[in-house]
Amino acid sequence: MSCHEDIVDYMHDYLDESITEENKERLREHLHSCAECRSYFHDMKKAIALVQSTARIKAPDDFTARVMASIPKEKKNIGMKRYLRNHPLLTAASLFIVLMGGSIFSTWGEEQNFAVSKQENIVVENEMVIIPAGKVVKGDVVVKNGDIRIEGEVNGDVTVINGEQYMAYAGKVTGQIVVIDEMFEWLWFKVKSTGKALFKGDENE
Amino acid sequence: MEVIIKQRINQVLKGDQNAFGEIVELYKDKVFQLCFRMLGNRHEAEDMAQEAFVRAYVNIHRFNIQMKFSTWLYRIATNLCIDRIRKKKPDYFLDAEVAGTEGLNMYSLIADDSALPEDEVESLELQETIQDEILKLPEKYRSVIVLKYIEELSLKEISDILDLPIGTVKTRIHRGREALRKQLSNF
Ligand SMILES: [Zn+2]
Repeated sequence: MSCHEDIVDYMHDYLDESITEENKERLREHLHSCAECRSYFHDMKKAIALVQSTARIKAPDDFTARVMASIPKEKKNIGMKRYLRNHPLLTAASLFIVLMGGSIFSTWGEEQNFAVSKQENIVVENEMVIIPAGKVVKGDVVVKNGDIRIEGEVNGDVTVINGEQYMAYAGKVTGQIVVIDEMFEWLWFKVKSTGKALFKGDENE
Repeated sequence: MEVIIKQRINQVLKGDQNAFGEIVELYKDKVFQLCFRMLGNRHEAEDMAQEAFVRAYVNIHRFNIQMKFSTWLYRIATNLCIDRIRKKKPDYFLDAEVAGTEGLNMYSLIADDSALPEDEVESLELQETIQDEILKLPEKYRSVIVLKYIEELSLKEISDILDLPIGTVKTRIHRGREALRKQLSNF
């Protein structure tokens, strides 16, 4: 455009809502007298309006479900914590007493021995399984009654039974990581069935 | 909104995944929209938007609670889209022209094709043309234009998302506007 560059700057300032009153007045006066700038300004505002008019597109219906399916799995005992939060009447203590009546502890956990699946590149130190940095383990890794620290890569799923999983920043697992706390799993199952029974009792009253 | 989000983040930090699902619900449309306008392709946009949420989840412990969550989330999504554009291979234009359906573009595929009123067809065509023009912008102008005019964010927020000085954001918006003015002046 042949016209004055500062006028175009004023247009942008105007569109950014950062124009001074003084410059706004200058812009207005100029647009009054200059058809070229008027059409330039008009086209720019029209372009913006067209961009803004594009329909609002919504994410697909299964979007959230798919995100939730692809994030690393939560530890199972969270389910119980959430349950307790949502059912404040049942405090942990009262649950404990209810469950103790069933003498649950004797039925749980006979085999407490450390065990790990046999693969190359797995290092074991005091019931801690280590996948060293820069190493790749092929296949699913299962650890029982011990912890795992992943600094390298696992090409498969990692399952930790009665242990903790630590992932280094550079660590990588191509499959799923599942941490199973047998004690909690068992409790969880018990809580759900006992809880239901208790609430049923309430409803009947 | 920010207060609720921060409560949810704290729950996520304690390991509650359901709380993260609520965060996804609140932002999914905006993030998807951002990715779609950046990439112009539904499949890719969905992949990138999903990836943005997964990365937000995995890195949630690094989120600075003083920051606005949406700023952080949009930053992840914008960076993913920009990477995607840079790496884009020509064979990835999946549904610009779905195999065996030449002439059927995305809009006609998602729309109930049998009986669209005339003006709706026209408006869909217009939408598509505008999207094409947005896609013609180089990515550094495209991102600021999308954040400003589609996501309706302030210059300050855009500068936080892109980690650029406000002056640079302004310059890019000006260039983007100039380009769109030229491209869309025939309407
Ligand atoms: Zn002029």
